[in-house]
Amino acid sequence: MIEISALTKRYGNYTAVDNLNLSIARGEIFGLLGPNGAGKSTTILMMLGLTEPTSGSVTVCGIDATRNPIEVKRKVGYLPEDVGFYEDLTGLENLLYTAQLNGMTMKAAEDRARHLLARVGLAGEADKKAGKYSRGMRQRLGLADVLIKSPEVIILDEPTLGIDPQGVREFLTLIAKLSHDEGLTVLLSSHHLHQIQEVCDRVGLFVKGKLLAVGTIGQLSQELFSNEPFLIEAGIDNSSEVLKEKLAGIPGVLSVVPELGVWRIGCSRNAAPDIARTVVESGATLNFLKQNQYGLDDIYYHYFEKNGTALSAAS
Amino acid sequence: MAADPFRVMVRKEIADHVRSWRFIILVILIAMTCLGSLYTAVGQMAKATKADDPEGAFFFLKLFTLTDGSLPSFTVFISFLGPLLGISLGFDAINSEQNRGTLSRLMAQPIPRDYVINAKFTAALIVIAVMLFALGFLVMGLGLIRVGVLPTAEEFMRVICFLLVSVCYVAFWLNLSIFFSIRFRQPATSALASMAAWLFFTVFYQLIVNVIARVAAPSATSNPLQILKYEAFVANLLRLVPSQLFSEATTTLLMPSVRSLGPLSIEQVYGSIPAPLPLDQSLLIVWPQLTGLIAATVVCFALSYASFMRREVRSR
Repeated sequence: MIEISALTKRYGNYTAVDNLNLSIARGEIFGLLGPNGAGKSTTILMMLGLTEPTSGSVTVCGIDATRNPIEVKRKVGYLPEDVGFYEDLTGLENLLYTAQLNGMTMKAAEDRARHLLARVGLAGEADKKAGKYSRGMRQRLGLADVLIKSPEVIILDEPTLGIDPQGVREFLTLIAKLSHDEGLTVLLSSHHLHQIQEVCDRVGLFVKGKLLAVGTIGQLSQELFSNEPFLIEAGIDNSSEVLKEKLAGIPGVLSVVPELGVWRIGCSRNAAPDIARTVVESGATLNFLKQNQYGLDDIYYHYFEKNGTALSAAS
Repeated sequence: MAADPFRVMVRKEIADHVRSWRFIILVILIAMTCLGSLYTAVGQMAKATKADDPEGAFFFLKLFTLTDGSLPSFTVFISFLGPLLGISLGFDAINSEQNRGTLSRLMAQPIPRDYVINAKFTAALIVIAVMLFALGFLVMGLGLIRVGVLPTAEEFMRVICFLLVSVCYVAFWLNLSIFFSIRFRQPATSALASMAAWLFFTVFYQLIVNVIARVAAPSATSNPLQILKYEAFVANLLRLVPSQLFSEATTTLLMPSVRSLGPLSIEQVYGSIPAPLPLDQSLLIVWPQLTGLIAATVVCFALSYASFMRREVRSR
């Protein structure tokens, strides 16, 4: 659906996006992750033909985004970071305006706008001025605004910024549901890792204009933590050195980090039964035992540890 | 049948202008001053008509130019308040969209980028044209009722030409302020910059030209040709200002007896009958002024267009 090859964007001497290659399949929810200033927004602007790449190409739905931005924008919905609306118009009127710019008739536009407002949970606020909307409502109106043109791809730039946790959850669930129901391809960028790891099929880690890794969260963690693929958390009140040594002695256990109440044990295999037995036999209380997958946070920080030094050494 | 996106945008922009407080206040201000000037003009009508006046036939045009000294005439008001109107409709055209975060959303729609700036310009121009024509016709209508004299076809055409020139003049200021609204991120900055340009052109420029004129003045005993050249030089310096072009154009259009905007020699005047010029001859006299005014407008628009098209639009 989206093909990016050898994409580079320079501003003077500064390279915002450096030789990016990426391909996103139809119906996929792809998360573009990276710290602020990593070049995520610039990449998105180039996908929409809003800025020209220095070299390389972007193809969206089979259309060259640089040469034919208007055709691309017919098929792609874009929700910019911190989206704004005409504050004197109502939510519905804002949607109708967008719909008409996309060549819809007034009648069709109104039907679709009402349907979408209900879908994003703003049916009751349709005739309220957009200036009176809260941040979360604006974001949901933004989603309706993006969907009104019946796009094939939607691109959301930092959609969760500035919404409360409950709102983020609802918003992301909504996106996942819409994507699933209508077969939409979704690209969302964020620097909040754990928020989007629930909804994304695949993620790409983007740091200083370079794509460091792409894959499902499972793949990334396997790739990164190949020596310690299993992380087991054990709730143990006791924190004796003896127990630590005993646990470290179990075959397959590679590291034991006792923290207050929760011990983090890295293993090369699923050693949970052995760990449970050892803890109980030692006389300590085992409150819980949980096998964890590495989260995006771990992946992210791991990458920074590994590549932060490499990148700074290179520059 | 779906509407063309450009027309949709223009319609929305016009609706925005007409509903905005700033426009309503300006309309009230301009309408009141114009009616005031009409009142004084009507009061002066009887005194102003003389038997040997070559403009006696153009009684109706005096509605726009006469004054008793307490209030300026209609044309002066337009040349003074017109820029204010243009600036107020344009100074936040682009930067307010950017600051509200609507510009990047607009850019993500399948419309060519220049639609945005073209629609802004077209909408404001339509608003200005409708307003000035309405005002002009209002003055004519009230004049008709008060004075009871019908305008001739030529007078009517002259008023139409005058209103068209006024629209061009206001369009110049509109484009200048749109240009500033693209250059400056803050609406306040661009409003101030436009106001500064306006003040400079209406007040300070004349002072500067006066200083230059005094320095460059030839002695009283010098060759008449030299004096003529000097006069032309000063007049041309003054004509660099749009308001000067506008006032020259309107004077010629509304006072048919004006035969030249520069000095005339005795030989040129000798034997001429003091009669008013026909409309096409008046137009011929102000053709350079009109061209200059339109050129200045086009230059401002081209500058805004170029800087807007090259700009990278990010969210706020």
